Amino acid sequence: MMGHWIIAPVVLPAIVAGLMIILLRGSLRLQRLASVASIVALNGIAIALLWAATIHGPEAYHLGNWPAPFGIVLVLDRLSALMVALLSALALAVVLYTIGSRWDQKGAHFHPLLQFLLMGIAGAFLTGDAFNLFVFFEVLLIASYGLMVHAGGAARTRVAVQYVGFNLIGSALFLIALALVYGVTGTLNMADLAVKLPDLPEGDVALIRVAAVMLILVFAIKGALVPLQFWLPGTYANAPGVVAAMFAVMTKIGAYATLRVGTLVFPPDLPATGDLLSTLLFPASLVTLAVGAIGVLGATTLPRLAAFGGIASMGTAFLALSAFTPQTTVAALYYILHATLATALLFLVSDLVTRRRAHARLDQATAPIAGSGLIASLYLVAAIAMAGMPPLSGFIGKLLILDAFRDQAPLVWTVILVSSFLMILGFARAGSTLFWKPADSEAPPADHPPEAFCMTATFGLIAGLALLTIFAGPVTDWLATLADALDQPTGYIEANRLGQEP
Amino acid sequence: MEALLASLIGVLTFTGVYLLLRQRTFPVILGLTFLSYAVNLFLFAAGRLVVNAAPIIGRSQTYADPLPQALVLTAIVISFGMTAVMMILAVGGHLASGHDRVNTGDEPTEDAG
Repeated sequence: MMGHWIIAPVVLPAIVAGLMIILLRGSLRLQRLASVASIVALNGIAIALLWAATIHGPEAYHLGNWPAPFGIVLVLDRLSALMVALLSALALAVVLYTIGSRWDQKGAHFHPLLQFLLMGIAGAFLTGDAFNLFVFFEVLLIASYGLMVHAGGAARTRVAVQYVGFNLIGSALFLIALALVYGVTGTLNMADLAVKLPDLPEGDVALIRVAAVMLILVFAIKGALVPLQFWLPGTYANAPGVVAAMFAVMTKIGAYATLRVGTLVFPPDLPATGDLLSTLLFPASLVTLAVGAIGVLGATTLPRLAAFGGIASMGTAFLALSAFTPQTTVAALYYILHATLATALLFLVSDLVTRRRAHARLDQATAPIAGSGLIASLYLVAAIAMAGMPPLSGFIGKLLILDAFRDQAPLVWTVILVSSFLMILGFARAGSTLFWKPADSEAPPADHPPEAFCMTATFGLIAGLALLTIFAGPVTDWLATLADALDQPTGYIEANRLGQEP
Repeated sequence: MEALLASLIGVLTFTGVYLLLRQRTFPVILGLTFLSYAVNLFLFAAGRLVVNAAPIIGRSQTYADPLPQALVLTAIVISFGMTAVMMILAVGGHLASGHDRVNTGDEPTEDAG
C-alpha cells in the first residue's frame, strides 16, 4: 500500500522546480545537481509504485480525503505505474544528455521547465478524474511551450506560435467534451462514469457520442494522428534536440488517454458508443502510419526525419490500440514502450549529428563529421529500432501487432510491412548522405570529442531497448495481466470507493 | 433564456473559428479568445440554467450546481494564461522574423552548431 507516495511523482518535481527558481537561479551547476537528484528520486518512486501496483493491484489516493466522485482522485494501477516509470527513465536520459551537450546553457530556466513538464505528465498518467486530466494537460503544455522556444531563434518562435495555437484549439475541444459529459452524467470521475454510462437514458445517447468523438479528437491531436498531425513535424524538428527527445513521451500521453478512456469510460461493450472509437481510430492510424513512412522517405533535414519516424510509430501504436481487445492492448503497450525509447534515441542521435555539422539538411553534403564511426553506429542502432528490424524490440513489437491482427491480415499487414520498408529506405538514404558522402573540401573534420554524459544517455536508451528485447517474454506476460485488468476494470472502479468515506 | 444563451455561444464560436482561419497572428489570438469565451459559457451551461438560486442547498427554493462554476473558474484562468503566453510568442516571432504571418516555410533552425 503506497498511501501518500502515489502523489509523490506530481509533488516532487513541483517542489524542486519552485526551489530551483527561488534559490538556485544563479547557479547552473546547482540546478543541474538538483534536477538530476530529483529525477533519480523520481525513478526510485516510480519503481516502488510499479512494484506496489503489481503486488497489491489498483489503489486510489483521495486528495484532501474527499470521498471519490466529489473529490479528485489519483489512481495507481499497472498502466499508470508503467507510464510513470517510462517517463522517469526517459527523463533521466534526457537530463544527462542536456548536461553533456550544454543545451541548458543556451537559455534560461531549462531545468525548472523540465521539472514542471515531468509534474504535468506524471499527473496526467495518474489522475482518475477527467477534468483533472485537462488541468494536467495544460500544466505539461505550458511547460512544453517554454521548452519549445528554449534557446530562441526566429524559426523556433514562429513554429511555437503554431504549436500553442493548435493546442489551445485542442483545449477548447477538450472543455466542450467535458461539459457535455458532465451535462449528461453529472460526474467527471472516470470510475464513476464507467458505472453510470451503461444506464444512460435513450435521449442522451447522441450527446455522449459527440462527447466521445471530441475527446478522441483531443487525444488524436496530442498523439499526432492524421489528419491532426500537422503541428508535429515543424514543432519537433525546430525544438532543441533534447526537448524533442523529451517530447517523445508527450505523444504517448494521447495514446495512454485513448486507452484509458476507450477501456474504462467508453468500452466497446457500452451500448451508447459501441465500436465508435475503433471505427474512427482504425483508418486514421493506418493513414498516419503511411504518412509517417512517406515523410521519413522524403524528409529534407535529419530532425524532420526523426519527427516523421515519430508519427509513423504513433500510427502503429494507435493501430494496435484501436481494437481495444486484451491481445492488441499487449501489443500496443509493448510497442509504446519501445517507440518512446527509440524515438528519443533517434532525436538524441540526430542532435549529436547536427551539432557537429554545418547544417541539418540532407540534400547537401558537408565536410565529414568528427567521430563519425561511433555516431554512425549509434545512428544505425536508432534506425534499426525505429524501422522495427531485428534484433531490437521494434521487431518484436511489430510482430506482436501483426499477430494480433491476423484476421485483418491483408490490409493491416500490407500497410505495416510496406511502411516499414519505406522507413528502412528513408533511414538508409539519410544515413548514407550523412556519413558516406562528404563534400569535396579537404579540410580535416573539426575536433568535437563525444561528451561523456551524452554517450551515457544514448547508450542508456540503447540498453533500455536491449533489455526490452531480452525480457520480452516476462514483459508481455506482465502486460497481459494489465490488459486483462483494463478489459475488466472492476478493480480500478472498486479502488475509487465511490460514495464511501476514504 | 436557453435560446439566447445557445445562440450567443453559437455566435461566439462562429466568430472564433472565422478569426482562427486568418493568416496573421493577432486575429488568430483574438479568435482563440472568442472560442474560449464560448467554451466557458458552454461549460457554465452544463450545470443547467437556473435563476435566483444559490449554489448551496437550503438557501433558496432550488439550488444551482456549484461544480460547473468551479470548473469554469479553472478554465478561465488557464485560457487567460495560455493567451498571454501565445501573445508573448507572437510578439517575439514578429520581432525576430519581421512579419506576423502564421504559416511558416520549411526553414531549418539556424543554431544547429
